[in-house]
Amino acid sequence: MSIRERLSGNEAIAVAMRQINPDVVAAFPITPSTEIPQYFSQFVSNGQVQTEFVAVESEHSAMSACIGAQAAGARTMTATSANGLALMWEMLYIASAMKLPITLSCVNRALSGPLNIHNDHSDSMGARDSGWIQLYSETNQEAYDNLLQAIRIAEHKDVLLPVMVCQDGFITSHAVENIELLEDDKVKEFVGEYKPDHYLLNHKEPIAVGPLDLPAHCFEHKREQAQSMINAKKVILEVAKEFEKLTGRKYEYFEKYNLDDAEIAIVIINSSAGTAKTVADKLRDNGIKAGLLKIRMFRPFPADEIAEALKNVKALAVMDKAESYSAMGGPVGAEVKSALYGKADGIKVLNYIYGLGGRDVRADDIEEVYNSLMDIVKTGQIGETYRYIGVRG
Amino acid sequence: MGKLIEIRWHGRGGQGAKTAALLLADAAFNTGKYIQGFPEYGPERMGAPITAYNRISDERIKIHSNIYEPDYVVVVDESLISAIDVTSGLKETGAIIINTDKEPDELKKHLKGYKGKVCTIDARKISEETIGRNFPNTPMLGAVVVVGNIMEPKKFLEDMKESFAHKFKTKPEIIEGNMKAIERAMQEVQGV
Repeated sequence: MSIRERLSGNEAIAVAMRQINPDVVAAFPITPSTEIPQYFSQFVSNGQVQTEFVAVESEHSAMSACIGAQAAGARTMTATSANGLALMWEMLYIASAMKLPITLSCVNRALSGPLNIHNDHSDSMGARDSGWIQLYSETNQEAYDNLLQAIRIAEHKDVLLPVMVCQDGFITSHAVENIELLEDDKVKEFVGEYKPDHYLLNHKEPIAVGPLDLPAHCFEHKREQAQSMINAKKVILEVAKEFEKLTGRKYEYFEKYNLDDAEIAIVIINSSAGTAKTVADKLRDNGIKAGLLKIRMFRPFPADEIAEALKNVKALAVMDKAESYSAMGGPVGAEVKSALYGKADGIKVLNYIYGLGGRDVRADDIEEVYNSLMDIVKTGQIGETYRYIGVRG
Repeated sequence: MGKLIEIRWHGRGGQGAKTAALLLADAAFNTGKYIQGFPEYGPERMGAPITAYNRISDERIKIHSNIYEPDYVVVVDESLISAIDVTSGLKETGAIIINTDKEPDELKKHLKGYKGKVCTIDARKISEETIGRNFPNTPMLGAVVVVGNIMEPKKFLEDMKESFAHKFKTKPEIIEGNMKAIERAMQEVQGV
């Protein structure tokens, strides 16, 4: 029997970390993820976990400490947001290249500037090419479930990559909602014990970690790293299947909502997917074939599967809560369009930028997007494909 | 009780509107409901206007946006009525609940022609007499439960007692005052 609870997204992550009981947590506080290390350090003080909590002086040091600890052979976790993630930047690439299965909770917040503490996806989207697996979460429940699965995905022998679990700052991190928790012993059994094959503190096998890698081998190592990301696709589904057996909650690369017979659809990530579902429901009640595809796994990117899922849609809007200043749209738009190319041609695709800097995403905004798609289907005219919604002027 | 109840709280920083919204979410959760309780974060200053929200439903709540057409609005600080548009989007089948020593009719003229129910409660007086200080949020919580018929009063009171026992573990002496404040508010709210 699962435990019926009500928690904020940050509380859910802290509880998951308590149940995982990692060897090391190194973190530096930053809004809106501050509560995660705050709650977790209480668990440490109360003796509810045996974790070594490293209160570092910056996020660069937090990720450096995570790398050191994980390389030493410890299961290591951290949490951050926005500029904290940005300060970790060079170490993010090193963590993934060193094949260290660190897990990080990213509570999405707009990356400065202008200085803003509210939600968008500019932080984690900027880190999309850092070699980390990225899982996104619509709700507190999904953030909790994704973090438990992240441990298994990261530490799988065919993967050994760090995983970032993202959720929307304030919108889910600070909202108290219902959640189903697993019992502590079930989590313990699910995540298992961390037993790395190679680690620095193994005196029987002295190894070098992170040495200079010149042209003679560096390219082969980068190729292997890319292979780990390819391998992760299979592992992510396997772990999800096992998690479903345990909880009844189904996870895949993405969630299809009213999508199978949809004529118009949107692709969206994180909390606004919920708002979009309520709009899609309303449109369905009015006989409009509206659907949506919510991306859970952005790295690796499930291109073939997304093309297959969207191939019968007539008009599509890809929603981006981050600019990429390409003058042609955002990062999710670029990936989805590239996925469709040659596999699902002929779909009319719009790319919307929405909700930057915490601008509230209203059901009315989403409805306007669907209305634009209906117009495109009716008239065949697509017009400007790079659009903004919810912005003044 | 409808399928989905949406509530918007208006208060000033330091008055506990956010806490009240979270306590209401807790109480509704304990009756088996699906709930959301969340503040709209702005500059977190004492005295600055703040907004908090509740959704309470029999079904899982998918929407993740602020509330623009609430069933109920709770105004924890009367001075906000002239500062912000407190009845914005408020459903006329619903109600506004205001912390004031005035009568409902007296306030109607300040509410931009709002045609729904106007309820009043002197949460300041109640909290000063029961808790000993001006903590209007717990009486407001009692008032909204009655006006919105959100849950069975007895169950609500039992639940609040439990919540307070947990919340005020280190200062049990203020539990009784808070409980009295809620009970009195539930009886004294005007215009229901």
